[in-house]
Amino acid sequence: MGKQRYRITSYIIGGILLVFLVMALLVNTTSLGENTWLRVFFGVSALNFTLRASVPLILGAMSGILCERTGIINIGIEGMMLAGAFAAFVAKTSTNHWPLMSSLLFGVAVALAVGGVMGWLHAVFSIRYRMDQIISGTVLIILAAGISAYLFDRNAVAEGKFGAIALPGLSQIPVVGEVLFTNPPLTYTTLILVVVIHIALFYTKWGLRSRACGEHPRAADTVGINVNRFRYMNTIIGGMLAGLAGGFLVLEAVGQFQEGMTAGRGFISLAAMIFGNWMPFGAMGAALLFGYTQALQNELLLAGVTTVPRQFVSMIPYVVTIVAVSGFVGRVRPPAAEGKVYETEGGSE
Amino acid sequence: MNASSLRRIGQMLLIPILAVFTALVVGALVMWIFGDDPLAAYRGLINGAFGSARAWSTTIRKMTPLILTGLSVAVAFKAGLFNIGASGQFIIGTVCSVAVGINFPGLPAFIHLPLALLAGIAGGVLWGFIPGALKVFTGAHEVIVTIMLNYVASLFAGWTVYAGGTQGQTPGPLWDTAAGPISRTPEVFESARIPWIFGDPYRIHWGVALALLVALLMWWIIFKTTLGFATRTVGANNKAARYAGINVKWITILTMMIAGGLAGLAGAIETLGLNHRFAPEFTGGVGFDGITVALLGQTNPLGVVLSAFLLGALDAGGARMQFDSGVAADIIQVIQALVLAFVAAPMIIRQLYRLRKPSDQVEATVFSSGWGR
Repeated sequence: MGKQRYRITSYIIGGILLVFLVMALLVNTTSLGENTWLRVFFGVSALNFTLRASVPLILGAMSGILCERTGIINIGIEGMMLAGAFAAFVAKTSTNHWPLMSSLLFGVAVALAVGGVMGWLHAVFSIRYRMDQIISGTVLIILAAGISAYLFDRNAVAEGKFGAIALPGLSQIPVVGEVLFTNPPLTYTTLILVVVIHIALFYTKWGLRSRACGEHPRAADTVGINVNRFRYMNTIIGGMLAGLAGGFLVLEAVGQFQEGMTAGRGFISLAAMIFGNWMPFGAMGAALLFGYTQALQNELLLAGVTTVPRQFVSMIPYVVTIVAVSGFVGRVRPPAAEGKVYETEGGSE
Repeated sequence: MNASSLRRIGQMLLIPILAVFTALVVGALVMWIFGDDPLAAYRGLINGAFGSARAWSTTIRKMTPLILTGLSVAVAFKAGLFNIGASGQFIIGTVCSVAVGINFPGLPAFIHLPLALLAGIAGGVLWGFIPGALKVFTGAHEVIVTIMLNYVASLFAGWTVYAGGTQGQTPGPLWDTAAGPISRTPEVFESARIPWIFGDPYRIHWGVALALLVALLMWWIIFKTTLGFATRTVGANNKAARYAGINVKWITILTMMIAGGLAGLAGAIETLGLNHRFAPEFTGGVGFDGITVALLGQTNPLGVVLSAFLLGALDAGGARMQFDSGVAADIIQVIQALVLAFVAAPMIIRQLYRLRKPSDQVEATVFSSGWGR
């Protein structure tokens, strides 16, 4: 994993993005747009859908990165997301009479809080009680599914959701403005968060210490870092991010809650994290790729392509995930100490 | 049986029993907090699970697939593998057994039924082989792959019975042409059905006996054969197993295949014994429950039978509970998550009940040493 390869990978990704940009501009502004297939692949609606489908995956992957960089495997993202989604829904429906924006923001706050509680629970299980981290994640998934189904009031309706905010000036750029700068608030927040997390992880003392806990906890401990405190903190923040992803689904994407509405997004986020080599921008790229496969499936349905059965088109993101983790796991490197309980020298409980 | 082995068994049962008890208490607290009456709920639950001959038969019916999916997860645990994919393997097993069951009219039952069961097992074996082989040859973690295969399996199954669409989509190959717009398969032929032990209204079929036999067989394989010893060694210490000359790669793949086959058999038995057809709403939820069953049973095949009985009873009682007390049956899932949490972290139970840690007791297996090889 030398610098050289890293640079080549960046060139390839940059090249792909450029091709996409050019094709998108051509298809959406010239007569090329009359071709159904080109519209399916490069139309503004496909690109918009990609971003919308990617946001929860990006947030989930960021959640995974924060946890795993400090050494906690978080397979419970799916459950944290579902809990966040349900919490946002309950918060929104119980404040329907408030002004729309404050009610939505209250929903976001509650989703963050409940996600954080789920993260805390994961940390308590896996650090304090040394539960296997994968089982602890599974517990969270079953728990979130059970609680949300038990408490779900099927008659409740959330009124309204976040609308798009066109950024003045930037949104006037053809195609790019429409795709990138005419989005609802949580989408912007997510894109900003990726930058923030990248800077925090790699250019701050906090980030260096977090990564030390995930790579070599003993060494981190020796220089006076409280390993388990960092693990608690990052798992809670990770839970909040996953909760926000759930909040996005209810408050910005769908507008309502459905049982099991996360539909595997938490797991696909994990794959994006692995695919992206535990790097925020890498994971975002992978999440966009997964989002794009979902967009394709949607566009193919809209374009009335029925030669390929719907179910097979829907399989694409899952199959891509399998291919991604099989093709890349050997070549990427997870944090060294991940999944292992850390006990201070001589101390326990 | 001497006193010390009795004490050992007592110790083995202590944590699971306390875990279930604590989960029920916490579940009651949750119900009470949200304004439900836990006592009425549990009265309904017990009535629905054990209150009558009908209730008992429901419990046994629910227990049957859980034994097999529990074994599926437990066997994988023995080799240090986490099979979250029992639901997908279950679904593929269902589809394969139905495909045989609705074809080949006129075959005698003693050929048709075993053939349909074998088809179910084969489908599950294939669905377990994929994550096993990918893990060994590419290093892909079985957890992610099996989860993804769960989605692929249910989409695939959905396609096989798809009734076709209004835009001229072709129907799936197993769709019941007589069902009109409903997506489902026809019923399997009489010759492919598992016979009833007790017919209506009890509806208990010989599949339960088969599941119990398989549990005994797995116990024998795991604890009395070389293969089982190799599997347990791989699970306990991968490196030591390699030094001892055990083919770790082969054991990994084989274990996943066996795990898949067990879940596939669960699907086949459920279909050929009870449902007699497949429709998309028959999901593989029992596959996910298999995780709880396996851990509650301490990954021991005989323990799995006991815990499958318990979880089957919870499942069976849920509907009656909702009917009698108005408490949503989904609370059962919450209780199951709590059971799983408490058996996976015995420290919580020990602290809660001030138990000392017995010196000879093995801690819960740890197998999450990262996503790498």
